[in-house]
Amino acid sequence: MSTAKQASALNSQRWPLSGIRSKRVLPGFGLSLGISLLFISLILMLPLTGLVMEVSAMSFDQFWFVITDPRVVASYKVTALAALAASLFNGAFGLLLAWVLVRYDFPGKRLIDAVVDLPFALPTAVAGITLATLFAANGWYGQWLSKLGIEIAFTPVGIVVAMAFTSLPFVVRTVQPVLEELAPEDEEAAVSLGASDGHVFRRVIFPALWPALLTGVALSFTRSLGEFGAVIFIAGNMPYVSEVTSLMIFVRLQEYDYAAASAIASVILAVSLVMLFAITLWQARYLKRIEGR
Amino acid sequence: MSITVDSINKRFGSYQALNNVSLDIPEGKLTALLGPSGSGKTTLLRIIAGLESADSGRISFSGKDVTGVHVRDRNIGFVFQHYALFRHMTVAQNIAFGLDSLPRKQRPPKAEIKRRVSELLEMIQLPHMAQRFPAQLSGGQKQRVALARSIATRPKILLLDEPFGALDAKVRKDLRRWLRNLHDEFHFTSIFVTHDQEEALELSDQVVVMSQGNVEQVNEPTELYARPDSRFVFDFLGQVNVLSGDVKHSRLSLGSAWVTVPGIKHQGKAQLYLRPHEVRLATTPAANANLPLRIEAVSLIGSEVRIELRPEGWHSTGSDNIWEVGISHAEFNQQRPARGDLRYAVPEIGHLFTGEDTQPETVNWAEAESAPRVRLIN
Repeated sequence: MSTAKQASALNSQRWPLSGIRSKRVLPGFGLSLGISLLFISLILMLPLTGLVMEVSAMSFDQFWFVITDPRVVASYKVTALAALAASLFNGAFGLLLAWVLVRYDFPGKRLIDAVVDLPFALPTAVAGITLATLFAANGWYGQWLSKLGIEIAFTPVGIVVAMAFTSLPFVVRTVQPVLEELAPEDEEAAVSLGASDGHVFRRVIFPALWPALLTGVALSFTRSLGEFGAVIFIAGNMPYVSEVTSLMIFVRLQEYDYAAASAIASVILAVSLVMLFAITLWQARYLKRIEGR
Repeated sequence: MSITVDSINKRFGSYQALNNVSLDIPEGKLTALLGPSGSGKTTLLRIIAGLESADSGRISFSGKDVTGVHVRDRNIGFVFQHYALFRHMTVAQNIAFGLDSLPRKQRPPKAEIKRRVSELLEMIQLPHMAQRFPAQLSGGQKQRVALARSIATRPKILLLDEPFGALDAKVRKDLRRWLRNLHDEFHFTSIFVTHDQEEALELSDQVVVMSQGNVEQVNEPTELYARPDSRFVFDFLGQVNVLSGDVKHSRLSLGSAWVTVPGIKHQGKAQLYLRPHEVRLATTPAANANLPLRIEAVSLIGSEVRIELRPEGWHSTGSDNIWEVGISHAEFNQQRPARGDLRYAVPEIGHLFTGEDTQPETVNWAEAESAPRVRLIN
């Protein structure tokens, strides 16, 4: 009947000063938020501001001229297509890997789980050199592939391989926890209703994984857009064919043209940011619907 | 469809979850699997459903062996304690799931599915919720949707795993009644798991009491309550008052407390079990019993007044050394028992367990006054 009234009466009894004192239970909100903001500013925002300042010293015509240079534009295409291919590959393979790691028990499972993070731990240059050696025409993989007439090292395909290698953990590590939390009951319910395994995966499991998978793929994509170390060793770096955008930035820096380097960098930054925001917004909407918040 | 469970064994590591369980579930009846947690009731239900496989033994539906049949081909409806609704689907999509999952040849046309779904929505009284998502429903509504989903494909067998366990008391009562009607209307063979004796006794046609992987007793609710076979069933079904002592010269005594047991031949240890309604309270000891108790609490809510008493000068082995006696509101208004008052329990009917023999004897003092005797049950 009057539970709400009772509750409020109880509240005012327990905290007679509730009008005056803060209602927060955990202390330290101000301090922890302050420190977080400070470090975000120092480590993330300030360098970015520097980039924007460098760019803003240019006139729009100069800026436009630099970022629409045909060689640079060609590098955008190469980078975007390679990143897309790499992230789609990771989407499929990462999902499989996460599935295996969560769903099955087998000897060496923990080892594989640890190995997944290797691309994060390994210096990207090391990864690049290793991949280039493996896929070179006389390398372990390359000698077999060249017999089949497939060239990977020093072609755009090599770029895809390097990008896929360095960004795989993003997909695995975003999908894995969601997969772990899937209630086995949902699947049991679906099976008890007569659904085939394929139907259960398509209609019950995949929709639950979808937001995490998309986030993982998007992270993998944006990471690939900016990949440098691993890519340049295997790409061959032929103008208009296998030059990535981050290499173009490096080239401009070598020419001491900081403004041009910043201009090109700002394009990558803008694309990455827009993508991440879009994904976050979409995901929030999707989750809001299924969580009813 | 009748269900036969034939010597099922199930082990989880070193833990014996089910110990050679055999059961007959008659067709069209609502059967309750009742037991404390860890008694194996949920495991048994899951094995019947095919969600779990037994280490040995058989399950058959109407005489047909289904032990090796996959859960998806057993054509059962299964309802989970936590609903297990698909979060990303609307209520209507959830209910239609079983029909959508049918192989193309058996699947009804879209319009037919739609009609069936709206029928079911009508039946669960949620037609206006068709386009909502599960997160927007209350617990009771979710469980009704889950029920509708499980019967959309018209299974002959409905299995429910603690279906009301996660709901609050009021909703639980409504849903119970609703499930009973549903069962009567559709004539499923239903089994539901519960740890709530009241729910089991109220709802079912047959109760299977389980403990530690064994079936303790199977009977109709009224019979089960009136004639429990063992101490376990007695303890588990409702509140019980225990006097545990020694019998000498047809008197069971413990310290200063004693009860005469007319016509008993047994000598030595024995326990007397008394239900709250089988005891009266008096202000002076009766001729056949001296059971002093002090009133600890009085609960007025319900159709009877429930009085909790603590033994005075002796110790009861049952339920935390507390006795419980139910008296009518009229009696309460006459006598006005209050906390701290001393009362004497006067037994009317009791159940005596002697030694290791687990079958109790019923003692009837009211009858004994005219013709003293002990009746053996069965």
